[in-house]
Amino acid sequence: MTDEVTISARNVVKAFGQGNAAVRALDDVSLDIRKGEFFTLLGPSGCGKTTLLRLIAGFEMPTEGTILLDGADITTLPPNRRPVNTVFQSYALFPHLTVAQNVAFGLQMLGRPAPEVKATTERMLALVKLEAMAGRKTSQLSGGQQQRVALARALAPQPKVLLLDEPLSALDLKLRKEMQVELKRLQTETGITFVFVTHDQEEALTMSDRIGVMSHGKLQQVGAPRDIYTRPVNRFVASFIGETNFLSGVTEGAGVRLPVGAVVPVDSPRAGTVTLAVRPEHVRIVAPGEAGAIPATVTGSVYFGTDMNYQLALADGTEIEACVVSGVTGEGALSKGEQVGLRFTPGAVQVLED
Amino acid sequence: MSPAEEAVRRENIKSAWQLSAPALLVLTVAAVGPLLIVLVYSFLTPGTHGNVEWVFSLEGWRGVLFDHDIFEDKLVLADGNLTIFWRSVKLSFITTVLTFIVGFPTAWFIATRSPASRAGWLFLITIPFWTNLLIRTFAINQIIRNEGVLNTLLLKAGLVSAPLQLTYTDTALLIGMVYVYLPLMVLPLFATIDRFDMRLLEAGYDLYASRWQVLRRVILPIIRPGIVAGSILVFVPCLGAYVTPRILGGGKNMMIGNFIELQFGQGKNWPLGAALSVTLLVIVTIALLVYVKAISGERKNG
Ligand SMILES: Nc1ncnc2c1ncn2[C@@H]1O[C@H](COP(=O)(O)OP(=O)(O)OP(=O)(O)O)[C@@H](O)[C@H]1O
Ligand SMILES: [Mg+2]
Repeated sequence: MTDEVTISARNVVKAFGQGNAAVRALDDVSLDIRKGEFFTLLGPSGCGKTTLLRLIAGFEMPTEGTILLDGADITTLPPNRRPVNTVFQSYALFPHLTVAQNVAFGLQMLGRPAPEVKATTERMLALVKLEAMAGRKTSQLSGGQQQRVALARALAPQPKVLLLDEPLSALDLKLRKEMQVELKRLQTETGITFVFVTHDQEEALTMSDRIGVMSHGKLQQVGAPRDIYTRPVNRFVASFIGETNFLSGVTEGAGVRLPVGAVVPVDSPRAGTVTLAVRPEHVRIVAPGEAGAIPATVTGSVYFGTDMNYQLALADGTEIEACVVSGVTGEGALSKGEQVGLRFTPGAVQVLED
Repeated sequence: MSPAEEAVRRENIKSAWQLSAPALLVLTVAAVGPLLIVLVYSFLTPGTHGNVEWVFSLEGWRGVLFDHDIFEDKLVLADGNLTIFWRSVKLSFITTVLTFIVGFPTAWFIATRSPASRAGWLFLITIPFWTNLLIRTFAINQIIRNEGVLNTLLLKAGLVSAPLQLTYTDTALLIGMVYVYLPLMVLPLFATIDRFDMRLLEAGYDLYASRWQVLRRVILPIIRPGIVAGSILVFVPCLGAYVTPRILGGGKNMMIGNFIELQFGQGKNWPLGAALSVTLLVIVTIALLVYVKAISGERKNG
């Protein structure tokens, strides 16, 4: 991976429909995707992920803004003239062709000489471990195998960018995990830039070099998985990725004062009312009277094997979740109604924009 | 296969046969019966006022290919008959191609409308069936004749200086046949295009195919069953067409159908008519076999 930019979206707007009925599927999106990286677009259903992908592929034209590939403006270039390939969510394999013919299709359309087409096709089939299936019709394959054919077909012309729209969503959990590893391997081996769409945050966190979190047609935050998880910029990102407790308070001196009176020691960049975000694993349960601890009541618990999740309530009713490693024999487990004190791991509390 | 599975399979086959028995019976009686009669008649002697006399003769069959030269008392090849056969095959083939060229965009258009308006378009396609074929064919004649709507418009628009002579030409015949058989091409094409996964178009463009290549390499191979069905539905009745060539061809430019009718009517030569009918059936069968074979062969080669 380098810092060189492959795909660049500049102030892209995509509106569907006219006048009052218009939907802004993408609202002023600017984004740089680097050469050779595994970039994931993450967001809830309807946030515009597919739309952005289709704009990069050339199936749609932006209403406003430009799209650059290696610095050249490709905004109006038709899809068959862009060195970009797509792995479709529905796979969209050609039913009248065999596995090998599907993989060879792009190369043939590019007018590559027959021996090269044959050699590349065989190499691609080997890459996705489908050599034995070369002569089969695609309808005779399992979902996972079809997925691999779709991958091989899109990789064969060696595109500059590979677009993948929720390619794993149709697979069962086990196959999904396998394909996640497989995809990551293919990306490393080929060195091709992957733009991957998912609404599964775990998938995004484990596979990506960088993640772009989207909501309502807007790009909320772009960053490495660790950055996004530990330093979400707003309430949406914090709640969409992992579990988070939100507490509102007012900046006061070297911390933020909660409505219950306690002061959380945190470096707040803003005065006035702010929102604090704390992950459950950064909430520590201590003895009730401990100095500086926030008093709380246990309202419930869920046992997860390795972890124990406690639901707690502050004096003003604010709910907080804490995740603690459960003891060997369950000793020290808290029961409902018990009074405790809470502390937050220093440095783990985020002050959010809103 | 286990014995139990085998038994279930046998039982399924048996009940399938039982269920289709009535249909099979009707088909046998209604299709094979008349066919046998025609076959038998082709080997009999013509009666003086039409009909047949029950005397075995090969005259009917001889008449398909040869004429009796009364001056030199020998058999000569009947060029007239061959010309009519050739004309029929040629015109039917051209009609099939033309209905496809017109029908494919039409079917595509309908299949890509919203489900609500699709029914309306299909309905429009079937409207011609409401009127008698004879009347529709006469109507076409009215449109294309020298003083008809078409020529009046062309003259008014200054596109031609003299009316186009269309009536009683092959062009008139083709216009009529394309019009009559178009729905039979559009409907099976629509049925296959309707099932066509439009996302494959994007897959094609994504893999560097031009519009033409997407049509040639993705759409046409996938909707091939519809093309085959449509072509058969158009080509076969075209070969035996009677009304259209009779009215638009003016009796001068005959097709096999008219020629056969002639034998049963004015010609009073039923055995020849029967032999010609059987020949037509053989031609159709061979044409279909060649066609289907060519199609499946092409598929195998990708
Ligand atoms: N062709 C279209 N016509 C009208 N509206 C559209 C069209 N395509 C997308 N939209 C709208 O644009 C918005 C974004 O859609 P998009 O398909 O990009 O979402 P997504 O993030 O991919 O969602 P999902 O996770 O469900 O696939 C949605 O509100 C959708 O209804
Ligand atoms: Mg989508």
